[in-house]
Amino acid sequence: MVVFDKPHALTDVPLHYCPGCTHGIVHRLVAEVMDELGIEGRTIGVAPVGCSVMAYDYFNCDMVEAAHGRAPAVATGIKRSDPDNIVFTYQGDGDLASIGMAETVHSAARNENITIIFINNAIYGMTGGQMAPTSLPGQVTQTSPYGRDTAQCGFPIKVCEMLSQLDGPEYLERVAVNNVKNVKNAKKAIKKAFENQVNGKGFSLIEVISSCPTNWGMTPKRALEWIDEKMIPYYPLGVYKDRSAGK
Amino acid sequence: MADKVLMKGNEAIAEAAILAGCRHYFGYPITPQTEIAAYMAKRMPKIGGTFLQAESEIAAINMVYGVSATGKRVMTSSSSPGISLKGEGISYLAGADLPALVVNVQRGGPGLGGIQPSQSDYFQATKGGAHGDFHMLVLAPASVQEMAELTVKGFDLADKYRMTAMILADGTMGQMMEPVSLDFAAGEPVEKPWAVTGTKMARPHNIVNSLFLKPEALEKTNFERFERYERIKETEVMYEEYMMEDAEICVVAFGIASRVSKNAINEARAQGIKVGLIRPITLWPFPEKAIAKAAEKCKKFISVELSMGQMIEDVRLAVNGKAPVTLCNRTGGMIPAPEQVLAAITDAAK
Repeated sequence: MVVFDKPHALTDVPLHYCPGCTHGIVHRLVAEVMDELGIEGRTIGVAPVGCSVMAYDYFNCDMVEAAHGRAPAVATGIKRSDPDNIVFTYQGDGDLASIGMAETVHSAARNENITIIFINNAIYGMTGGQMAPTSLPGQVTQTSPYGRDTAQCGFPIKVCEMLSQLDGPEYLERVAVNNVKNVKNAKKAIKKAFENQVNGKGFSLIEVISSCPTNWGMTPKRALEWIDEKMIPYYPLGVYKDRSAGK
Repeated sequence: MADKVLMKGNEAIAEAAILAGCRHYFGYPITPQTEIAAYMAKRMPKIGGTFLQAESEIAAINMVYGVSATGKRVMTSSSSPGISLKGEGISYLAGADLPALVVNVQRGGPGLGGIQPSQSDYFQATKGGAHGDFHMLVLAPASVQEMAELTVKGFDLADKYRMTAMILADGTMGQMMEPVSLDFAAGEPVEKPWAVTGTKMARPHNIVNSLFLKPEALEKTNFERFERYERIKETEVMYEEYMMEDAEICVVAFGIASRVSKNAINEARAQGIKVGLIRPITLWPFPEKAIAKAAEKCKKFISVELSMGQMIEDVRLAVNGKAPVTLCNRTGGMIPAPEQVLAAITDAAK
């Protein structure tokens, strides 16, 4: 008999996320991986600025709240201080791919032995739905009310593709959490990203294509469909770098 | 090891930090403090420490934040424009009550400014340095020996009060060579039960955080922090008095300006002018009581600074209208000559 239970690595604090938001799924996957690898007691998580700013209340491991975009630098300090501890950051697209891009790129280039969970939902959620560095061409947001005009404000940044050009990173994979099959794949990728760190392999980043029904102006169900229709064609799922593959 | 060694001020800071138990340094190259990074790059790998050249000053101060969160001694160093970039991280360190040592070997500003010595970051250092209600402990060395001593002291104070200690030096202090005694031992380790070291599944999780969404909670933490500041003001003020016993004119100067001023004061004394010096060693907390006491007998005050006059505001507050306070200054990387200070003193004596 399988009993469905809350992972130990999640606290009992109720999540503040909107109905239909996929942050809850990803939090659970990260917590399940901590449980399965038995690493909760030596894991330190770094929360970002954005919708998941209060992730420090939701994970049972030790937590640090970082300034906007600086989580990979903070994680670098924590990891360099105690290399035997497991350090992960949990960041959104504005945090990781806009204000914190330098910290992202350089921690990847250093192959810093940390794990990054990158939530790409193509919008700034916490501040009420502004254009993100990953907002799609034509996407309507509060700060692109006529649709993202690439002639005026450029193109979305494909983080996994970009980082895959660096020699540094160990493992880069893009997953989604909009259906059961994708959630299962996401779990596998997140687990591998933590296992890499346990085994001293280095920088692992999992980009999770996620939904934001509230700021996309959609029902939760429609938002999950929009991931298949719009997001995944622009951000193809898959492994972008895996230095130990086939070894 | 009472023997003295000849060192640059920047190197003295680096070696003193290591003696104080610091094993983590993060920095980004900028003149005139880069010798600190170069020294750490050589030494840290040999003693099992971490030297990391960060991608920016912003990243460096956030790496400091990460190490400090784990409870270990950690530092960064920079010069004026780089310190502005570190401001964000310094504010977060304050908000999360994390200890750290930050060195500012000042150069002229604003903007990219120049690379010659300056004291024009006094406001930034002593009034907070970034957004929000907070202070740093600000220590102003006036010799290579003090560069080392105040570094050790800075780590101790930072740990004791869970805040950033800043060494506010200048290009002269960083670059000059003097004999220095490095007879230091790491202070007693401070208990840090708040540090994120992993729960070991044996305690509730620790959270290092500066976010307080409830205004009542944020106000409470700020009130508590400022109660700590009041204790610091009572117990940690440091200053030097020079020829103040019978002084009728009081020069106030710190760092390199205090050394120039001493030369001028010696010359003025030879001319029979009763002049002395108060040299703040802690710029925050400022030696306001010592200056207020001097204002009971001194007729005139002169603030000697390598800026357009920043410390002079604190001198005036302490003097509280009891005597005129004038400025004797150079700025933009220029250093006042003893003759200029002497002229200000003889002017005041008229």
